[in-house]
This record gives sequence, C-alpha cells and structure tokens, in this order.
Amino acid sequence: MADLKKIKKKLVKAGFPDIEVSGANGGVKLTGEVGKYEDVLVCGALAVAKDSRGVINDVKVKGYVPEKMRVSAVKDDKYDGKSPDVLVIGGGIVGTAIARELTKYALSVALVEKEYDIATGQSARNDGMIHAGIDLKPASNKVKYNCRGNAMYPKLSKELDVPIEMCGQCVLYTARWQKLLFPLIKMRGAKNGIPVEKLDKEGVKKLIPSPGIKYGGFMCPSAGILSPYLMTVAFAENAAKNGAEIYTDTAVTGIVNDGEKITAVKTNRGTFYPKVVVNAAGVYSDVIAEWAGDRHFTIHPRRGVEAVLDKKARKATSTVIGKFVIKSSTGKGHTKGGGVIVTIDGNLILGPSAKETQERENEATTAEEFDEVFSKQVKLAPELKRSDVITYFAGTRAATYEEEFVVEKSPVIKNLVQAAGIQSPGVTAAPAIAEDVAKWAAEIVSDGKIKMNENFDPIRKGIPIPREMEPEARKKLIEENPDYGVVVCRCEEVTKGEIVEALRRPAAVAAVDSVKRRVRAGMGRCQGGFCTPLVMKIISEECGIPLNEVRKKGAGSEIAPRRTKGGER
Amino acid sequence: MRYAAIVIGGGPAGMAAACAADGTKKVLIIEREARLGGILKQCVHDGFGVIRFGEKLSGPEYADRFIDEVYSRKNIDVKTLTFVTEIEKRDGYFRVTTTSGKGIESYEGENLILACGCRERTARQVNIHGTRPAGLMTAGTAQNLVNLQGVNPAGKCVILGSGDIGLIMARRLTLEGSKVIGVYEAKSAPSGLSRNLQQCLYDFGIPLHLKKTVTLVHGRDRVEGVTVADADDGMRPIEGTEEYIPCDALIVSVGLIPENELAEKLGIITDPKTKGPIVDQYMMTTLDGVYSVGNALHVHDLVDYVSEVAETAGKDAGRRKERATIEVGSRGLGYIVPQKVDVLNQEEYTVYYFRAARETGKAKLTVTVNGAEIYSKKYASLRPPEAERVRIKHLLKAGDEHMFVLEEEDDRKA
Repeated sequence: MADLKKIKKKLVKAGFPDIEVSGANGGVKLTGEVGKYEDVLVCGALAVAKDSRGVINDVKVKGYVPEKMRVSAVKDDKYDGKSPDVLVIGGGIVGTAIARELTKYALSVALVEKEYDIATGQSARNDGMIHAGIDLKPASNKVKYNCRGNAMYPKLSKELDVPIEMCGQCVLYTARWQKLLFPLIKMRGAKNGIPVEKLDKEGVKKLIPSPGIKYGGFMCPSAGILSPYLMTVAFAENAAKNGAEIYTDTAVTGIVNDGEKITAVKTNRGTFYPKVVVNAAGVYSDVIAEWAGDRHFTIHPRRGVEAVLDKKARKATSTVIGKFVIKSSTGKGHTKGGGVIVTIDGNLILGPSAKETQERENEATTAEEFDEVFSKQVKLAPELKRSDVITYFAGTRAATYEEEFVVEKSPVIKNLVQAAGIQSPGVTAAPAIAEDVAKWAAEIVSDGKIKMNENFDPIRKGIPIPREMEPEARKKLIEENPDYGVVVCRCEEVTKGEIVEALRRPAAVAAVDSVKRRVRAGMGRCQGGFCTPLVMKIISEECGIPLNEVRKKGAGSEIAPRRTKGGER
Repeated sequence: MRYAAIVIGGGPAGMAAACAADGTKKVLIIEREARLGGILKQCVHDGFGVIRFGEKLSGPEYADRFIDEVYSRKNIDVKTLTFVTEIEKRDGYFRVTTTSGKGIESYEGENLILACGCRERTARQVNIHGTRPAGLMTAGTAQNLVNLQGVNPAGKCVILGSGDIGLIMARRLTLEGSKVIGVYEAKSAPSGLSRNLQQCLYDFGIPLHLKKTVTLVHGRDRVEGVTVADADDGMRPIEGTEEYIPCDALIVSVGLIPENELAEKLGIITDPKTKGPIVDQYMMTTLDGVYSVGNALHVHDLVDYVSEVAETAGKDAGRRKERATIEVGSRGLGYIVPQKVDVLNQEEYTVYYFRAARETGKAKLTVTVNGAEIYSKKYASLRPPEAERVRIKHLLKAGDEHMFVLEEEDDRKA
C-alpha cells in the first residue's frame, strides 16, 4: 500500500491542501475540487506511487460538467438476455484482437462496441506504426507487450491478409554531439532485445532523400507500418468467422456487481449476462472499471492531431523519420515526439501532437494544433508543403497517470479482466495483450480446465485489391466478377467489386465511412468528392437502403436526407 | 490497330478534341463514367453555349450536341466505364492500359489528348477545422446528389466560396426548398462570374458576405453549425470576430485543381500558376505527342472556350513533324495559356487566354516582340475570375523575346 501521508504532504506542498487522499482498490484515491484542469493533472501526477495499483483521480474542476459518454441513438432490446462466456467491451484494435484470440478457445464470445462500427476511436486515429519500442521504459508492460506484439505481426499479417512493411524507423540527431549517446541507446535496446544500428549522415541520406538532413542518427530496423483500422477490421472479421458475435451501436450503460463478481452488463440494447467481462474500452476504460467494481486508475485523455499528405509527397522518405528527443529516449517523456511517418498505403503522416484534454471524445481538430504539428514535423523534411496536406484528424489517447498499460486479471472482481489505459504503442502491443487477456478469461470461465476450439481457423482472406495485382490475376478476377474492373474511387483506384465485398463481410456496416476504412474509397486527394455519390448508390443497392437514408457514419448522419422535388427517381 | 489519337476523358473537352481530329483517322475516347458528358451532366442550369451556339443551353443540352456528334462519327470509338491505369511511352506511340468490367485492355495511340478535368478543393484543404460530419461537402458533390441522384443534402446551409459552382448551388438548393443562410467569401471580391452573382444570389435575396470565412465545423454525426470569422487580406481568420451559425450543411466551393496525375507520371512539366501542363499554341505539352485540354489544362469559366481549345488540339494531333518553341513571358497577369509558341508551325493568328493577377480599373495589355509593341488592348476593368481571350496576328522567330504586360492605367495622369 502506498504511503498516503507522503502523498498528502506532497499535495499540500504543491498548494493543494484541500485535496483528500484515501486508499481504494489498492490504489490512491484523490477527491476535492480545483480551479483548472491543469491542477487536476498535477494532483494526479503527484499521487503516482511505487507500491500502489494506480491513481484514482476524482478531483473535479470547479464548475466543469464533464461531457456524457456518447451512446448510440439506437435503443431496443435486441440483445437482451444474451449470456456469452466472455463479453468484450470495446471494438478497437485491443478488443477485436482479444475477441479473435478468445475464439481459439472453446468459448462463446461477444463483443460490444458503442459506436456504429469497430475501429472508430484511437484505432482509426493513429499513424499505424509498429513500434520498435526503443523509447519505452524498461521492464514496463508497455515495452513487454510492444516487443512481443511487434514480433507477432509478420505471422498475423500472413494469417489475416493485412499488409505490413518493416520499413524501420530512422531517428535523426538534432546536434552533432548526440552521436556520442549511441552506445547508451544501443545498450538500452539490447536490454529489451531491440536491434539498433548506427547511421552516419550519408547512411541517413540513402534512406531519406530530403534535403534537410544535417546530421546522422540511428535506425531501428524492427519498426514497421500497417493500417491500424484494417488490422482491427481483420481481427473482427476473423473473430466473427470463428463464432464471435460483434455488436455495434451497443454501449455499456451500467454494470451490476456484487462486490466479488459481475452479474450483469446493461446496454442500450438489452442486458447481457456474461461469465467473464473483458474491459477494453479505451478512453472510457476507467469508467467501465468503476462500474465493474475495480477502478484503480484514471484515464486523462491526451489529444493528438495528425496530417495526411498526398501520395506524391511520399518520395521525401522511404522510412519513418523521428527526431531524437533525449527525454523520450530516457523513458521519461510521455510521447515519442511524433515524426514523419510513411503509411502502408503510400501516404505520409505528420504528427502526432499531444495535448491534455478533459474531453474524451472530442475529435475536432483546431488550426492551432494543426499548425503546431505541421511546423514541427516539417523540419524533418523541409520540402513538404502545406498544399501536400489532403486531410487531418484528431484522436484521444487513453493515458493513465502511471503512463502504463493496465493488463490484468482483476484481484478484486473475479470475473473481470482488464486491458485498459492502452495508448501508444497500443497497436503494436494489441496482439500480445490479447494473448494474455484471452488466456486469463478462458481460465476463469473454465476454472482452469481450458478447452481449445478445434475448429479455429486463423485465416482471413482480404478483399481482393485489383490495383495491386499482376495483370493476369487482375484479368482473371474481372472475368469472375466484372465489378472488380469498374473503378469507383478514381484517386485510390478502388473498384465496385471491393466496395460490394466490404458490405458483405462479417462485421460489415452500411456506412460510407465504414466502406472507406475497409477499402480506401474516398481516402485520396479528392477526399470522396467524386466517389461519395457512387458509394452511396452501391450501399443503397447492395443493402436495400433508400438513397436518402444512406449514412456517412452512425444514426443521424444521413448524407442527403431529403428527396428533391418531384419524388422518386 | 493503332489509333491516331487516344483521348482520355469524355467530357466537353475530350469530345470536342475527338470530333475535331482528322476524320479519316481512328480516334478513341476513354471515359471512366457510364456516360459521356463529364460534369456537364450535372449542370442542369442554363448559360452554356452563348458564345459557341448563340443560345443559352443547359449543361446536358450542350453535352448532347457533342455526344450526338461523337456517336455519328465512324472514326471515333468510345469506351465508357473504362479507367486508365497506366500509360507508357513507346517508340513513336503510347500504350494505354485500362480496366473495365470487360477486363484489362491496352490500346495504342500515336497521340494522347489528356482531358481529365479537375477536382474540387476540399474544406480541409483550405484550413477549415472542427469535425467531419455528414453535411460537409463540396459544391460539386452536392450538385451531383441533387441533380443526378435526386437527393438533397441540405435543410439549412452555409456556402463557403463565391466560385461559380457555389453560386449555382445557392440557387439550386433554394429552388429545392433548402434555406441558404448566406454565401461567405474570404476574399474581398466574389470569385464567380458577374452574371452568376446576379442570377443566383441577388435575384434570390441570398446574402453574400465578403471577407468572411468559415473556421470550424461543429457536430459529430451531422453538421450542427459552423463558426465564421472575418478574414484579413491573406484570407486568414481574425481572432475575436468569430460568430456561430447553426446549420445542417456546409457546402464548400473553394477552388478547382486540374487533374494531372497522368501527365505528371509521364514527366510532363506543369505550370505552378495554372496547375496544368505547360503547352504551346496547339496545346501540346512538353512531351511530344501529348496534349492537354479543358480544365485539366487550366480552369476555364466558360465551356465554349473549353470546346474551342480542345478543337485546336484535336486538329493538330499528328499534324506536326517537328517543333521549336519560344517562351511567352508575362507581367501583371495571373497566368497565360499557351506558355510557349511553336515558331516552326505558326498560323496567321494565335489565340491566348489570360487572367489578370488582380482586380483592376482601366487597364492596358501590351504585347511586345523583342521590346517592340505589336499589339495592345484596353480594358475598362478586369477581374481574375473572368478569363480574357485575345487573338493576335504575328509571326515569331526562334530566339524572339515575346512579352505580355498588363498595366493598370493611372487616372490622375490622364
């Protein structure tokens, strides 16, 4: 148990004498009121202690009413009474990877996602790096799961037919003397089994043709890239193929626990009665933990903005470029500082920024954040121009005060397993986290007598991508299905066949943005200007939805809700 | 079989080029959409063809005249729903590979005419922040939905940008019963044609707000409102002038960008001012045998000129054996097309299109060759949104210094 008196003393010294300190669930709980959100963060940081399970920061900002969790407008009892062996809460990359891993066992599995589709939160709003992990704190959950996950991706890529590219990450020095630190970096890598290679200026120039190269750097060859949302979709599709039920538009609104175990999980679509609950709820994972009866951490959301550049800009670099930041390289910083990231689809991403926020779900960008990202990262590749930017987005990371992943079998609630506080490098870590979490969940359900699912099929075939095929294979595919010859999204060369198939897959969602994440229609330089009406028509025809009811995202996002005068066409 | 010319794009430019080509030789039009006509298909308003046909046609009517012509020509083949995936330059010809429902096919052509049109700049490409909900779209997408699909994206909307499509959509949506709160323009002057300002805004009482721009979009699933702010001379929002306007759609009409990805892949050099290829007076690009026409060359304001320019290219395809070009210099102009003149193959007259760099009062265009004036023209006023056309009789030689200078006349001196 942490020394509560010591923490109280620290708070008093820092000017927060009114904050109360108590113990709860093996963690340190803070209550009270402060004037501004920065003070909430200061208090939380002061309460981090070695022998504590974490900080439960209930300090409020005077007069601030926190936003309510977004819950889908859908309200029915469609799933009422369902009693899966394991219920996974959260359809991001962590939740879907867990769901797939769970189907390797002889268990019934359900996953609930509060949004209209899987992969709409952090899992769609990040740069898709498979991190090497060189900047992570040794002996942390982060580095452990990162390195294990990193090593799992080549096999997963084959099984799930999701491309990855181990393009490496080049970290650039910003001053000549920094090369003297290389032996330390190398040693640190060796501790975690992460290879690091020295690069002189010429070596860097070979990888990065950008004229802005001044000094050398080092290379982490085990870093790579993938499409994080496509990987999430692939996990979900394969989980569904192996029997998992994926329920979107389904938000957990309350959890009934008797102090020892969870007995029921309430949602907007009925009450579930699962044997085991997995908390993979991202930015709301502390709320779910609270409801479940074992909250010992706090999510303080950290916003990041990233800019996507035209594929034409990709020639600036063949590898991910990061700037050498001593703070993060010694494990003290909370962000890797971002960089110029090549994407698996051939774009460049600049970012991310990092800004603490009270709003867990505010995905709006601001001009200030964008300017900050662009002007900072463009220094790594000065030939990039603002006119290369085709779009930008924001997301919120689920950071805890410990800046650590919570991956555990709850010692308080015996049928709760948590995969919470997963922020960067969550995409990299997800498959490894899923292995442990699924195993623990299976152990709880079967009381230690684990039975495997003999019919588990690890293989998912991706949607065919004509633009990437050899002419003969492409010809054959079009012969079998002419839709694969008809280009709908001209910028990304996406065909009608791909869009129709995306709508027929397990866990498919009839929305323009869902199609976009699955096959890239609308992700090019015109940003859907030309293909949106065509994609809407395909959704309308394929799913039997009137054109004016076709949505961009969830309920209430109909793109053109009114009919023109003169009625049906 | 080898085509004399392969035209990529079956809009007004592509069709005019194909129809103007030598009728005794085979020409192929490749169109990615299901029907010929390009964007004209969704332009149901009138005003097309005043210069060319002497009457006000709707977009589909204007297109139909060319579509009929194309299909009546025995020398023109048309492939619709066909998309070009690759162009290779071979020895003396081009090989164009396409995909369609019929498979992967390749065609050979001695000349290429690129008529791929343009795309719209998006909200995020003009620094609009906030969310990305339903109801946020470009004017062209809104036009497609209303006029071709029969569905309407807006109940109560704000339009950003006073370009022609924005103005036309303000009227179109009003006619469909939507409320257009206003057209906002970051510049100090509207960017659309004067006739569109009158017929689409003033006649309907739709307010035009100059020097105001949209900074933020609000709403997660659907647009709930936008923040507008005063804009400074650099079109940047001025802090402290923000105003929230509730609405359910933001339609942006903030500029068109010529589509030249195919041209760039061929190594063709583009003009940073027009964002289209650099061409000679026959619209041949820097790569022999490849032409650029229509809005892919530069964004036109009248389709009549699109047809004229494309015809020049179509007629020329395969005609010249060699060429020697000189630069067309300019001062005081936004841009000028052509940027080069082939002095080996000149006709009596050469046609130039230009835009003023900025709005002017009385102005004079002076054209010189080696410093000597060969042509001049006076204008009462000039606006960058309205392109000017001049037809000049001259014969240039290699090494000539050819200049276009636009100067605003100082009234005080006069």
